[in-house]
Amino acid sequence: MRMLKFLLQKELQQILRDPSIIRILFIMPMIQLLILPLAADYEIKNINLGVIDHDHSQYSRNLINKIISSGYFRLKDYSATFPQAIKSIELDKADLILEIPGHFDRDLIQENNNTLFVAVNAINGIKAGLGSAYIQAIINDYNQDIRTQWIQFPRFNPQPMIEVVTNNWYNPNMNYRVFMVPGILVMLVTMIGSSFAANNIVREKEMGTIEQINVSPIKKYQFILGKLIPFLVLAMTVLTVGLIIARVVYGIVPLGSYSTIYFFATIYLIAILGFGLLLSTYAQTQQQSMLVSFFITMIFNLLSGLYTPIESMPEWAQIITRFNPVSYFIEVMRMVMLKGSGIADIRPHIIAMLGFAVFFNSWAILNYRKRSV
Amino acid sequence: MAVTVQDLVKNYTVKKKTIEALKGISFSVEKGEIFGIIGPDGAGKTSLFRILTTLLEPDGGSATVDGCSVKDEYLQIRQRVGYMPGKFSLYQDLTVQENLEFFAAIFNVSIADNYEYIKEIYEQIAPFKDRKAGQLSGGMKQKLALCCALIHKPTVLFLDEPTTGVDAVSRKEFWEMLHRLKTQGITILVSTPYMDEAGLCDRVGLIQKGAFLSIETPQSIIRDFKKTLWSVRADDMYRLMETILKSPLINSCYPFGQYHHVTFKDDTKKQSDLEAIVAPGNFKDVEIAAIQPNIEDCFMALMTE
Repeated sequence: MRMLKFLLQKELQQILRDPSIIRILFIMPMIQLLILPLAADYEIKNINLGVIDHDHSQYSRNLINKIISSGYFRLKDYSATFPQAIKSIELDKADLILEIPGHFDRDLIQENNNTLFVAVNAINGIKAGLGSAYIQAIINDYNQDIRTQWIQFPRFNPQPMIEVVTNNWYNPNMNYRVFMVPGILVMLVTMIGSSFAANNIVREKEMGTIEQINVSPIKKYQFILGKLIPFLVLAMTVLTVGLIIARVVYGIVPLGSYSTIYFFATIYLIAILGFGLLLSTYAQTQQQSMLVSFFITMIFNLLSGLYTPIESMPEWAQIITRFNPVSYFIEVMRMVMLKGSGIADIRPHIIAMLGFAVFFNSWAILNYRKRSV
Repeated sequence: MAVTVQDLVKNYTVKKKTIEALKGISFSVEKGEIFGIIGPDGAGKTSLFRILTTLLEPDGGSATVDGCSVKDEYLQIRQRVGYMPGKFSLYQDLTVQENLEFFAAIFNVSIADNYEYIKEIYEQIAPFKDRKAGQLSGGMKQKLALCCALIHKPTVLFLDEPTTGVDAVSRKEFWEMLHRLKTQGITILVSTPYMDEAGLCDRVGLIQKGAFLSIETPQSIIRDFKKTLWSVRADDMYRLMETILKSPLINSCYPFGQYHHVTFKDDTKKQSDLEAIVAPGNFKDVEIAAIQPNIEDCFMALMTE
């Protein structure tokens, strides 16, 4: 115990003496949390719309106005013919073209139906998909309006209709930030934890100080614990800073309790730090450990369900996510923050995470050799 | 015996090629002895030290340090040896005092317990005890590293090239410190690429390409130098050497400070023979004298054998 106390004291002295570490620890999370959630928004706005109106009637104008006033579209191009309009897509002036046929209103009135044509620039898949979905929704809505205006409803509706009303549980306003901020916070804690831990033992290797440690009677587990605990404290500090930002800036107050978050975060960080330490027992230079930890945390983050839902991934990718500690923490964060889950609800996550923690740390201790071959 | 080494082998595999760092070397060091291991870079000095300090596993042979085998009893060895690697390897961002406290702590001793032991050396760096180790001068770093290696009262001290990159005055001081440590009963193994330091050891082993060329006291190494050594000097030293080496009678000729040291193949040759060899060069201020060989002459001779 006394040995461990001295190891911890030495690590803390070194960390506190390095001004860049402190700066990275506090400034990095603040910038990430203040910029990313605002910028990385899935809602697509400002879709550039090109219109070919062969009709020039009141109906076509109403439709265009309705689309523009939705706020998602900007009228950028007004062409007479389709080849002209497609030019504007080629020039990247328009993302989406709506073609309104001639005699739009006449046919609509006489024949009770009509066809519109929508062409989408699908280079940016998300923009194209959402853009065409939005415009379809608006046209449907417009269609409803016309029906109510024009059709004399008979006493019995000749065609039965199902109207769908959605209710967003846990995030009633579909506030994107409420959903994103906890996830970004997890990503942040993961990056800081794994890269700091990965670099630390390697640094001792590079400086040669590990030689002096290795000739001493210090135990392997003492050495690993001496590295793990200070970084656990640091990562917890970052988490706290992040939670404060989430509350003060974004007004995100967890429905569940903070203690549940901290409890799970502790286990999670022990696992992630163990992973970082494991890397550093293999690497010979800080460059190696940095690149590998960067690569793996990037994959962890992309396969974590932070940006794309795990359920929409292919089967094999879903299996991979089960071995990804980050996906568990993101899920737990969202459960506790939005749903108010307690310890009992996240029991399977806790068990899985304990498994990761034991696995990575024992591997790190086994692989750290005081004696080389 | 403080250290015994028997047929120790260490191989490194680099790109499928095996490099023999130690080719089955044997030697032993008495308690309280200063044993110097002298050899050029890449001779195997550091590999040997790393095996004896339990940082590296040998591929063959056996070794004991303070009666404990480096193979099975390495945990005991770690309690008893002090190691100062060739590269300065203390925490540069900790102060002098903090480094010393840390190394005392990890060996489970307190500075107060063993202060007597390091007092003499530590007092020299005590004025800088709040300075970070990275900001110390080379000689100071050396002293601090020695203090940290001594703080747990080791019985055997391993110093890997402690004087490399240290100025002449600090080197002299450093050797004086080693001699004082010797009087406290510590066995010291020291490696160095500087041959002039060999004379300061009780015994020296000359190592080259992973094998010992000789293990002797400095005196007997000099005694074993059987040939007569001549020192020659003239105005144009470079041409002088060329002239001497052209002669078939000459065994060796090395530049040595302001003189060339020359030996004949046939030791019955006299000063007049050397004068005759030099004469065709028309040198000015020619000085020729028979001299006592020093330890460096002996090593140069051993290494070419």
